[in-house]
Amino acid sequence: MQTYSYYPGCALERNAAVYHDSLMAVAESLDLTFTEVEDWNCCGATEYITIDLIPAYALVGRNLALAAEQNCNGRSLVAPCSACFLNLKKTDHYLAQSPELNRQVNQALAAGGLHYDPGSVHVKHLLEIVAEDVGFEKVARAVKRPLYGLKVAPYYGCLIVRPAFDGTFDDAEQPSSLDVLMRTIGAEVVDFPAKAQCCGGHMTQISEEVALHLIHQLLKNAVDHGADVIAAICPMCQLNLDAYQDAVNKHYGTDFHIPILYFTQLLGLAFGFGEATMGIGQELVDARPALANIQSKPLKPPRRKRPSKKELPMPPKLQEV
Amino acid sequence: MMPQERIGVYICHCGSNIAGTVDVEELSSWAGEALRHRGVVVARDYKFMCSSLGQDLIAKDIKEDKLTRVVVAACSPHLHEATFRKACADAGLNPYLCELVSIREQVSWVHTDKVAATAKAKAVISGGVERVIHHEPLEPMSVPINPATLVVGGGIAGIQAAMEIADSGFHVYLVEREPSIGGHMAQFDKTFPTLDCAACILTPKMVSIGSHPHVTLLTYSEVEQVDGYVGNFSVRVRKKASYVNHDVCTGCSICEEKCPKKVVDSVFEAGLGYRKAIYRPFPQAVPKYPVIDAENCIYFDTGKCKACEIHCEAGAIDFEQEDQIIELNVGNIILATGYDLFDARRETQYGYGRLANVFTSLEFERLTNAAGPTNGEIVLRDGETKPKAVGIIHCVGSRDRKFNNYCSVICCMQSLKFAHLVKERTGAEVYNFYIDMRTAYKEYDEFYQRVLSEGVHFIRGRVAEVTDVSNTPEEEERLVIQTEDTRMGKQRRIPVDMVILSAALEPRHDSDEIAHMFGISCSVNGWFIEKHPKLDPVATMTEGIFIAGCAQGPKDIPSTVTQGAAAAARVLGRIQQKELALEPIRAEVTEALCSGCRICNNLCPYHAITFDEAKEVSVINAALCQGCGTCVAACPSNAISGTQFSNEQVMAQLEGLLMLNMAEPVLA
Repeated sequence: MQTYSYYPGCALERNAAVYHDSLMAVAESLDLTFTEVEDWNCCGATEYITIDLIPAYALVGRNLALAAEQNCNGRSLVAPCSACFLNLKKTDHYLAQSPELNRQVNQALAAGGLHYDPGSVHVKHLLEIVAEDVGFEKVARAVKRPLYGLKVAPYYGCLIVRPAFDGTFDDAEQPSSLDVLMRTIGAEVVDFPAKAQCCGGHMTQISEEVALHLIHQLLKNAVDHGADVIAAICPMCQLNLDAYQDAVNKHYGTDFHIPILYFTQLLGLAFGFGEATMGIGQELVDARPALANIQSKPLKPPRRKRPSKKELPMPPKLQEV
Repeated sequence: MMPQERIGVYICHCGSNIAGTVDVEELSSWAGEALRHRGVVVARDYKFMCSSLGQDLIAKDIKEDKLTRVVVAACSPHLHEATFRKACADAGLNPYLCELVSIREQVSWVHTDKVAATAKAKAVISGGVERVIHHEPLEPMSVPINPATLVVGGGIAGIQAAMEIADSGFHVYLVEREPSIGGHMAQFDKTFPTLDCAACILTPKMVSIGSHPHVTLLTYSEVEQVDGYVGNFSVRVRKKASYVNHDVCTGCSICEEKCPKKVVDSVFEAGLGYRKAIYRPFPQAVPKYPVIDAENCIYFDTGKCKACEIHCEAGAIDFEQEDQIIELNVGNIILATGYDLFDARRETQYGYGRLANVFTSLEFERLTNAAGPTNGEIVLRDGETKPKAVGIIHCVGSRDRKFNNYCSVICCMQSLKFAHLVKERTGAEVYNFYIDMRTAYKEYDEFYQRVLSEGVHFIRGRVAEVTDVSNTPEEEERLVIQTEDTRMGKQRRIPVDMVILSAALEPRHDSDEIAHMFGISCSVNGWFIEKHPKLDPVATMTEGIFIAGCAQGPKDIPSTVTQGAAAAARVLGRIQQKELALEPIRAEVTEALCSGCRICNNLCPYHAITFDEAKEVSVINAALCQGCGTCVAACPSNAISGTQFSNEQVMAQLEGLLMLNMAEPVLA
């Protein structure tokens, strides 16, 4: 049994409630316990840090201070949202780097009777925990109903692997931990070169044109490579790709209808939980037609086209995580 | 008590190098007074002690004042110890009775406070005086030099070195890991800036090495162990079983033709082509005999096949052949072990290994080579489509803090060569993406001008990524190079069909083990360290071991050949001397004190210590010992003492440094 401090972030209480619920369900299958940080507040999301530095860091610093105070056994702090994860990690890093910033932030925290020493909380993303702490072998043992035949595009987004403050757990350009995880639960992983590109974040509110361009690129790339479903690890990514699919179709004259599910929902389905328990059906682009592709037996690998005599050999692939 | 020795102290100004920070006049008058009771009879300072006038001062005092010891306070012993020892010897004093203490590197260059620096210099001189009292006259030893030489690595550096020595009439053993000599140069098509055909200029040299009466060629072989010392190394070489009897093989290559097992050739063809399980890397291989790669051979796997044996009319196939151990005795060794290419898959943003039409520089060399997998046709990975636009990315894995900080030297010129060849053979648009263009050396910049005039595009900026995620219809099904153009101050996306990565040159993956085996060192980056970066670039700190070519650092063919020849010249000089004087600064074991614990045996970086089983004591080979002192410090029984580094000498120097020798002791 592994225990973690848990920082859900605002999204998991609202639009991404299914992320929270599915996570809690699969946590049991993986022997994970999460203790929610009491009285946590918003992390400031993607824009506050660029607007007003000290209050932004103080906002995140308060969560770190609370986590440190309530975390008596030196447990890691887990954030399932990539933006929350990055803000927590970034704040901890810059407070350690700049004594002046640290002084000002702690001055603000003192008003609420709090204090934070940088480095005292180890922040991790949920995917990092499943891939590294739990490990693929243990995940494989929990699988009851493998997702054979389901073609998944593993979508990492841009925040979890960059920037590498203390070295990331995965490659920053072509990460592979979610690929391996999806294969572990029986799904077929499609090549998805755009897997670490940005979903547009809050650009949907600021410059829709830019956001639609980024979302269109991702949807098109996943569909071009034959994906049935995109697996997301961040509420922002899920929301943008799901909720703006209609707008993309109107803007670009396309006809995308690819469902975006949280990776925890797919884990849950593979662990034998029902679709309703996993919140399937609450997404805007209905996932049920895609999930109907799940087979009871693994598909035969497609017969490889015999390479032409002229074709030059490819270099061997680099090993995945 | 009257001091027994008569000591002269000489303080160098080194222009203003020392005198700018240290009060040298004060030092000399202090030394004459304060150290008189320790035997100092004369103390002088002079502008340049190393000049002939400075040396004359010392010589005159030795003769007139009957000096028995000399202390020179100047630069590091690495620079001028030999100068002052010789000056003493010329004046009739045993050279080992002269001690050089550093008040430049260890005092004036590292301090700014003149008062404190002068005080420290006094302590350093005081230490030198105490130490020199305990010096003993020593005589250098001499060792005979075996005229045979070992050259490790059969690339162009090793070939050049072997050729120079063999042509002078001395024997060379040339050991090469692969089945043929030729190295990386044999893989290339053209060489910059003249666009000479690499094979045309290399193969004649390979052939003459292969048939040279003074060369023993040991291919498909690796050095396993090195013992001995300069003049007298014994080397164990493993010649891997080739399963082909070279005495009867005619090199007809029917076996290669008939062998049913095709294997991707990751060495000579850089992974871009195939070879058979029985193979010669290339048709002009030297020697011409094939080898069987047992790991991929069907017979070794299943016990069936023997196609090669069946078709060999000469009966040269011998599946029973075993590795052969060859013992060599040589006087000098040249290491010319070359480089490995950076694994471009590690720069994941450039997509090598994932995107079919991203090639490495070495793959591209094979692609353009008329004897390569496409007969020199520049085509995409499908083997037939000609590219319409090609991007060449410089500095992949070089000048990059994530991988290698250094510049790989050859990539700019190599990329220009590629650009020219693509343009000439396909007419494609060519884009070079560079950080800085580095085209130093003869006729290199002229070549750059020529390629510029051919209409090749040059974009200054570090490429962000090579992607197959398209943004626009014209990017569909192509590779897109996303980069900042720092001259335009803009982000650009340039669609191309083929990308060539000019990958870094890296030290051989096993360079650390090789260095350890031969008793030399590697730099932080893993290149073999030369004795002096400017003045002694092919020698190493270990006598008799020389380095040449890319094993010492990235370099182009002309510099590699120059180093090969230079290393050979150094070896020839040694051979002509017939014997070599060695520094008498050595460690010695006092047998009565040695407990036989053998702690020192494995610590010695020069493999100079062995164990005498009969006497149960450790024995130091005086010719191998370099006087580093490791064993002296490590011996728990105090049984080892270093000549010139005895416990008495070191303790006396410490007492001197702490000013415990003053008439009225003070802590400096």
